Amino acid sequence: MKDQSLYEYLLMLGDNSMFLGHRLSELCGHGPSLETDIALTNISLDLFGQVRSYFQYAAELKGDEATEDSIAFLRFDRDYRNSIIVEQPNTDFAHVIVRQFLFDSYHTPLQEQLMHSNDETIAAIAAKSIKEAKYHLRFSSEWMKRLGDGTEESHQRTQAALNHLYPYLHEVYHESPIEKEMKERGIGADLSVVKERSIETIKEVIAEATLSIPESEPRMVGGKQGIHSEHMGFILSDLQFMQRAYPNMQW
Amino acid sequence: MVNSTLHIENESIMKALWTVTDPEIPVLSIMDMGVVRNVDMENDLVIVSITPTYSGCPAMDTIGDDIKKALKEEGYQSRVKLVLAPAWTTDWITERGRKKLAEYGIAPPMEEEADKAALIDGERIVKCTHCGSTNTRMISQFGSTACKALFQCNECDEPFDYFKCLK
Repeated sequence: MKDQSLYEYLLMLGDNSMFLGHRLSELCGHGPSLETDIALTNISLDLFGQVRSYFQYAAELKGDEATEDSIAFLRFDRDYRNSIIVEQPNTDFAHVIVRQFLFDSYHTPLQEQLMHSNDETIAAIAAKSIKEAKYHLRFSSEWMKRLGDGTEESHQRTQAALNHLYPYLHEVYHESPIEKEMKERGIGADLSVVKERSIETIKEVIAEATLSIPESEPRMVGGKQGIHSEHMGFILSDLQFMQRAYPNMQW
Repeated sequence: MVNSTLHIENESIMKALWTVTDPEIPVLSIMDMGVVRNVDMENDLVIVSITPTYSGCPAMDTIGDDIKKALKEEGYQSRVKLVLAPAWTTDWITERGRKKLAEYGIAPPMEEEADKAALIDGERIVKCTHCGSTNTRMISQFGSTACKALFQCNECDEPFDYFKCLK
């Protein structure tokens, strides 16, 4: 392959959107209300749109008859490059919203940086995604405030979700060797800037939501190298079943 | 600045493209939506570049197929190319398109600031497509498709779609 590092970087970007999109798709028809059901699956749809753009580009780089589908469905667990936070299950609505909010707080400044990538395709995908990411952040921030500053129970559950999920967030800011190389080549984002903006957003929203940011150490890192949480195998058995059982099947 | 109105010399190609509609908003031609960005001829092959409204818009594949079918009926072989940059904006919907949206029952997108005000601050500026009152409120930030939000009129009580502003 011409540019292995760029290929892996595209996987990192695409896999995050894909696994979060998959988790949200599990809520289709199961959301707590019609409006939130539609909202979460709409967000999932946007994320999968981004995934397709990243994987079409990755397939082009890989050549060798790779397609967006083979990249999405036919890798083994160690070959996925997403951060662990997006694998976390939909425990309750508070977990769904906190996971979304933390991801959006990172995803928005990430796209802002990638819009200026010297790789034209990445810049184009980012210029498209940023509009969607901002809209998602607006949705998840509003819900953070509504839940945090809501009833005693919604506050408690949201704080519990935050305590559980926040430690996983450190990983997304943690620069891997590939991300360092991409930053230096002017292709990738500077994660220190992304982190600063993301934390700013989190502080602002959490304060308004009357919640508190848990003091925490990074819980688990390794997703970017292919080391995932115990949830990964279950997700893949669901996500890949059709393609493994009926190779090359089409919708 | 990308021009929202596309001029194509060849009338039969133009005619064919105007007949293709967004499957989720069947009154609206893709030409009025601003989805068709470019048309090129490569020998006998017509190459149509289209851009998605939202990254995950599931209508794009159907639109691509419909374009090929419409051009074939005019005797053209064609290829449809998906382009991402520059990213689509609701500014590219033509004035005619906005009128058609409203007639169809979807309130057309407002300005970005007005949009924010309507979606977040609850400012009442989006016009009800049933009775025309601006005394309306947002029910849900996300609606029946990726490009819409759901509103309800406080005067006539009817719900209606609002085409979100995207810039």
